[in-house]
Amino acid sequence: MDKKNSKTLLKASGLTKKFGSFVANDSINIEIKKGEIHALLGENGAGKSTLVKMFYGLLAPDEGNIKFNNKIINLLNPKFARAMGIGMVFQHFSLFPALSVSENILISLDEKLTKKQLEKSIINTSKKWGLKVSPSKKVAELSVGEQQRVEIVRCLLQKPKLLIMDEPTSVLSPQEIVNLFKVLKNLSKSGCSILYISHKLHEIKEIASKVTILKSAKVVDTMETKNVSTNILAEKMVGKKIIRLKAKKNLKKLKSNLALSVNNLYRFKKNQFGVTLNNINFTIDYGQVLGIAGIAGNGQVELMEALSGETLGKKEEIIFENKSIGNSKIEYRRQLGIEFVPEERNNHATVPDLKLHENTFLTFFGYHIFNKSFFNKIFTNPKLSIQASKQIEKKNDVRCPYDNPLAKQLSGGNLQKFVIGRAFQANPKLVIISQPTWGVDIGAANIIRQKILNLASMGKAIILISQDLDEIFELSDSIGVISNGNLSKIKNKKNMTPTQVGLLMGVS
Amino acid sequence: MLIFTPRTIQSNHWVLIGPLISIILTIIIGALIFKMLNYPVTESLYQVFISPFSRVDRIADILVKACPLIIIGIGLIFCFRANIWNIGAEGQFIIGTLCAGSFALLFPENNNHILLLSMFLVGFLGGALWASIPAILKIKLNVNEILVSLMLVYVAMLFIDFIVRGPLRDPMSFGFPLSKPYPDGAIISKINFPGIGYLGQLHYGIISILFLAPFSWFLINRTLPGFQIKVFGSAPKASSFAGFNKNKITLGVLIMSGGMAGLAGVIEVSANMGQLQPEVSFGYGFTAIIVAFLGRLNPYGVIIAGLVIATAKLGADNAQMILGIPKVVTGIFEGILLFFLLAGETIQNYKVSLKRNS
Repeated sequence: MDKKNSKTLLKASGLTKKFGSFVANDSINIEIKKGEIHALLGENGAGKSTLVKMFYGLLAPDEGNIKFNNKIINLLNPKFARAMGIGMVFQHFSLFPALSVSENILISLDEKLTKKQLEKSIINTSKKWGLKVSPSKKVAELSVGEQQRVEIVRCLLQKPKLLIMDEPTSVLSPQEIVNLFKVLKNLSKSGCSILYISHKLHEIKEIASKVTILKSAKVVDTMETKNVSTNILAEKMVGKKIIRLKAKKNLKKLKSNLALSVNNLYRFKKNQFGVTLNNINFTIDYGQVLGIAGIAGNGQVELMEALSGETLGKKEEIIFENKSIGNSKIEYRRQLGIEFVPEERNNHATVPDLKLHENTFLTFFGYHIFNKSFFNKIFTNPKLSIQASKQIEKKNDVRCPYDNPLAKQLSGGNLQKFVIGRAFQANPKLVIISQPTWGVDIGAANIIRQKILNLASMGKAIILISQDLDEIFELSDSIGVISNGNLSKIKNKKNMTPTQVGLLMGVS
Repeated sequence: MLIFTPRTIQSNHWVLIGPLISIILTIIIGALIFKMLNYPVTESLYQVFISPFSRVDRIADILVKACPLIIIGIGLIFCFRANIWNIGAEGQFIIGTLCAGSFALLFPENNNHILLLSMFLVGFLGGALWASIPAILKIKLNVNEILVSLMLVYVAMLFIDFIVRGPLRDPMSFGFPLSKPYPDGAIISKINFPGIGYLGQLHYGIISILFLAPFSWFLINRTLPGFQIKVFGSAPKASSFAGFNKNKITLGVLIMSGGMAGLAGVIEVSANMGQLQPEVSFGYGFTAIIVAFLGRLNPYGVIIAGLVIATAKLGADNAQMILGIPKVVTGIFEGILLFFLLAGETIQNYKVSLKRNS
């Protein structure tokens, strides 16, 4: 043990962080060796982000200490952390879209360089590590993968001893992930340690040599990745056995089984950071799940808005059961039996500051008032929506801290169960769901996925827009890929492999 | 470093104790200021805080002073709930008054109160019309409603000034910029309590608040338009997800608040002035913004807030008249009171803790 200690780069002992009465980190011990790729595994809300924010000087621990190169250090702020040799690539990038790559890097550098010197060192660094980056391009023009490379180059320019990466693959295509892993492995060979945060198990097995598992603010275990299976990792992370999904039953073909067809759908982008939808064509049958894969920011949001009726177009662009609805508003589409689950739970699917029954009323008001007399159209009837929201909570195991809470008081997973339950409660014929398990813990994600399969078994049609390839392959009958506003040909799942899908995602 | 963490559960006793502590702190700081300026401390405090309540007719005057503030404030709730920033209630007040006043002067011999009721309608429409200008500019051209509504205040001020000096000037006014007096049918009379008589300037216009506050509360909390306003103000994307029309909401809330400001103007002038003059409002439209927020965008809260602000104003007036304390000092007083009230509100909503950052 003594010999190994000499190689320790960072050692945290008894780190505790509280937010009010909430304990985010409870006496965490973790040790990172020099040149090691150390994975930090845990569900959403397990405390991963809080922990690394303390390593990067963004949060100060309430108790415990951090030793760096065997000296106790007090990380006052990120600048201090960078000076010590700690760099971090965030899950959500902190780049200015309107500025060029080199300008973005210049802003964050602590040492002062001229633009020319900087561009030179950017090119040198990017060549050395195989990170393709062009300094003069504007960030707005870059793909998400490129933006991430900019962030990594920005860190590497400071010659870090420890690089922290927060869920780096969540926005990348399979090919980009392969490239990233190459870079990370080379970095570790050169002696730079990497703290790799993820909840994707096979990635951790592939890249990390050690893994520390967090659950409910505590360290569950630290182990060598060689000796452990992904199943065991998953069980340690969730704290219980993982149940496999029940496969969907395929129905016999119905007479008129076509639910929705989209024909030459076109939407010009709303602003310079938006995506133009180009000539989108697809059809979906009842009893089927159509998966639309793609890296976030390739037109998924715009597609969802066009399908839901939040942006309107030509009548013939969207046809639902022989009705042309391309120019119909969202409340009319709901009455026809189409329900929507947008990717943003907060502020889009729900209003955080309103109670659950009011959030039920948000999409139910059509059913509650349209068939009634003039007076009933004007007045809200809380009784009806309270009743409906109680049913949604019961059927979908939405756990509330107390009766009828505000939407913002529910945890992410419970709120998502509520939002999806609300869509299903309306007894729709077609449900269009975007990123249903984004930021949801494994337990809730499994429940949600099972519900989608069950719904399809009942003969409903489901369009699933997701950037999670595992999810797409697990649930869909047919798959299309959206890339830069274009939708690939829809193919049967059996004729597709993840690699093919990855290629279609558009590697840059 | 001070750290603010939102309170998950609001404690009920703080809602009551908070404002009380705010007022006590205001009194302490106020006393210090009077002391520093060498005014008699107890006498000054008496004038500011106690004298408005010292006689029944003075309490009645608080109600009179608060009346326009409350009516405008209730109207502004609709805008602010929808996150539409109507800063021009002052202008809407003036135009509403001007429209209703001109209308009244068309019927010089009228002594039927149907005229007054029609003036309420005309005044509401006038204020609503003035407020619909920023609404339409925002909807059609995406112009910022704060700027337009504020600028229109000055247009309205100059416009009423021109009208009263020009077309509507009373030839018998000896050159003063005043319109002819309103006909009897356009006047809101003072309340004559049986056995007591008049109480200060207390007039029947006050009664309108008893209708407007519950009506607005019901509109916001129990109707679909009210629900739309709340959703739109709190999460615009969720509002479009539900299928609400944001242009209708924008126009609707501005018409509502402009109309209420116009109505407030009609009541104020018909009860207290009885004719048009260049200055019909004394910043009521601006003060009402504070009243609306102090009342937490709740109609009943606005009534309380209106009374508090009106009391502060009257106390300041008394101090000025009797002790010669300059208006500036009393302005500072109002500021301190607001400061503590808002700080108290923050403490109600957030848990504040001190954190050493070293």
